[in-house]
Amino acid sequence: MRKVLFATCLGAMATFAGAAAANDELSKMSQDPKGWVMPAGSYDNQRYSKLKQINAANVGKLQVAWTFSTGVLRGHEGGPLIVGNTMYVHTPFPNKVYALDLSDENKIVWKYEPKQDPNVIPVMCCDTVNRGVAYGDGKIFLHQADTTLVALDAKTGKAEWTTKNGDPDKGATGTSAPLVVKDKVLIGISGGEFGVQCHVTAYDLKSGKQVWRAFSEGPDDQIMVDPEKTTVLGKPVGKDSSLKTWQGDQWKIGGGCTWGWMAYDPGLNLVYYGSGNPSTWNPKQRPGDNKWSMTIFARDADTGVAKWVYQMTPHDEWDYDGVNEMILSDQQVGGAARKLLTHFDRNGLGYTLDRATGELLVAEKYDPKVNWTSGVDMDKNSPTYGRPKVLDQYSTDKQGEDHNNKGICPAALGTKDEQPAAYSPETQLFYVPTNHVCMDYEPFKVSYTAGQPYVGATLSMYPPPGESNMGNFIAWDGKTGKIAWSNKEQFSVWSGALATAGGVVFYGTLEGYLKAVDAKTGKELYKFKTPSGIIGNVTTYEHGGKQYVAVLSGVGGWAGIGLAAGLTDPTAGLGAVGGYAALSNYTALGGNLTVFALPQ
Amino acid sequence: MHKIWLVAATMALVASGGTVFADGAVDPTAIKSEDGKYLDKEGSPTFKVASDGTVDWYTYSGYRRYHSECHVCHGPDGMGSTYAPALKDSLKTMSYPDFLGAVASGRKNVSSSQENVMPAFGDNPNVACYMDDLYVYLRARASDAVGRVRPAKHEDKPPAAQQAEDSCMGKR
Repeated sequence: MRKVLFATCLGAMATFAGAAAANDELSKMSQDPKGWVMPAGSYDNQRYSKLKQINAANVGKLQVAWTFSTGVLRGHEGGPLIVGNTMYVHTPFPNKVYALDLSDENKIVWKYEPKQDPNVIPVMCCDTVNRGVAYGDGKIFLHQADTTLVALDAKTGKAEWTTKNGDPDKGATGTSAPLVVKDKVLIGISGGEFGVQCHVTAYDLKSGKQVWRAFSEGPDDQIMVDPEKTTVLGKPVGKDSSLKTWQGDQWKIGGGCTWGWMAYDPGLNLVYYGSGNPSTWNPKQRPGDNKWSMTIFARDADTGVAKWVYQMTPHDEWDYDGVNEMILSDQQVGGAARKLLTHFDRNGLGYTLDRATGELLVAEKYDPKVNWTSGVDMDKNSPTYGRPKVLDQYSTDKQGEDHNNKGICPAALGTKDEQPAAYSPETQLFYVPTNHVCMDYEPFKVSYTAGQPYVGATLSMYPPPGESNMGNFIAWDGKTGKIAWSNKEQFSVWSGALATAGGVVFYGTLEGYLKAVDAKTGKELYKFKTPSGIIGNVTTYEHGGKQYVAVLSGVGGWAGIGLAAGLTDPTAGLGAVGGYAALSNYTALGGNLTVFALPQ
Repeated sequence: MHKIWLVAATMALVASGGTVFADGAVDPTAIKSEDGKYLDKEGSPTFKVASDGTVDWYTYSGYRRYHSECHVCHGPDGMGSTYAPALKDSLKTMSYPDFLGAVASGRKNVSSSQENVMPAFGDNPNVACYMDDLYVYLRARASDAVGRVRPAKHEDKPPAAQQAEDSCMGKR
């Protein structure tokens, strides 16, 4: 039935080929809680489902309904899409896609495996992860490791068009999930550790032709800002806003990569995303604010031109990428209804802005251990309005090259990395998977070679002094910038959260547990150990009148680098305990999808 | 250019001393020092750790370079990751020439069940100019002469090391 309706829809769309039609189709589909048609479930990135068959009272009885092995070993980020009767499951390199028939024993309807040059593997900074596929216009969009964007027929898996988004020989790779908006598919690019000048690019849904490309740094036409109309904290950015903040041509290898989860507000027609670290990690080598790295962008979905920007960490000194997801919500602030954007940055600050204007409302630490800054200047009349105050002691620029800066919190992993948070409109709380890790950071001089790592810093990471847990799962009030509750986790929580109308919040752990907690209190209600550590995102859907919860396990990613070996143990030889224990004692590699449901 | 030089050097070494190094179990004890670089009885670079924990310059420099260029795959302190081997173990059996060859030319281990690829670093001055530093540090890790910590004290940077760095990295 759904299928038939669906085909009709597609037919109609093909006839009109209207931008609005594609938008409407996907928007409408995303409002049906039975499916999960885009990476974050909906354009607002809330990762919230209205399904409530599974609730706080019965989630303790959850059972495994079925499982699926992806046949790939390395880190599995992202999660499956559920479109009608079909589930689409993706893998890390070689970037396989499986279409599974939920109505027929979860059989494989089709499988797609691109041919890629394995030389792209070592150009990927942190494992060969891929954060999932996108759906739109009857097609599945896959962003391959080698930056190829391919449109597959959702019914047959046949490639309809392909386009290349970057050059892996220069260190550009594809890891992020695409986002379909109207008649376009948007993708970012990775390569901040290789000096890539990163961008977000919009391709035509039907033909794969490039429509617009907006770089994170460079001349005004390349970064697609209007010097008079694009604003930063309410004021025009002015001419050459990026060029002025780099020495010479350094912006050409400036990084600012765009591999996080994008959001879209159909009412404002704005797309939101963050840019990553400026290259290199040695701040001494790139004087200036390095705009617009570490920036929240709001861009017009049709033209790509920026409406507003806000740089969170000017002149990064710690690799605090600004790529993390932007979560859109409508809440009351100070008695007025506001359209909000909330963002949990790698730098340890949780930001809430007005998403229409870019006005900064809240910037507070979401881990009390964050120490590199004493906070953001919120005084609108101050010359440093909106800037974080950096403590000299933790400034790797002030301390200079070849100086080992000790005890900086958070570590380069950030208080949170790409693992997306969730938001429940019912509790009005954000549910945030976090890292609780500090570091020593020593920058030194490096030289740039195209296609080679361009790092320039030595790091060691460890839990905050006196603590043994390397992660927390927290509930956050974005209006006030306060932690409502916080659960300790032995390892970083590197799994995307899911909030549901059943009053239950789900997330995965690096040991491999899928956990369900009470949305109000954080009380643990259920856990089950899946075959491998979880760095994927939890998804829910309904099929045949039954609610399911699905998650990819398969340990790896950046979490697999430091944690597989155990982090540096300052008490080595004195007996390592608890939190210092290596992840390899808990789990091993292997990609698996585990799907849960209540018993019959 | 770097790459050519290195591979040629590697081949020469393999030709002259390949059989000696084949079992990889060469005693890492330093028997002499040339301009601040310590050498084992075969003439390969090695580490020197004094009784008070002071390490030679190359061990310290290798620690830094390793944690910039190598650790994103091979894990902190040479401990390995979910997708790249622990070099503190590999260096127990890997000879100096094999090490130079692998770093300069890269490695590929692609099969139906795994895809492990190491890039060629021969053209990357941040690595190629510090081959001996990396080797000496990892050899110290493989021999348990240096633990999972940043070396607390180190010998001064030898002028020869500075000269080699300057000429290899180009102008500073």
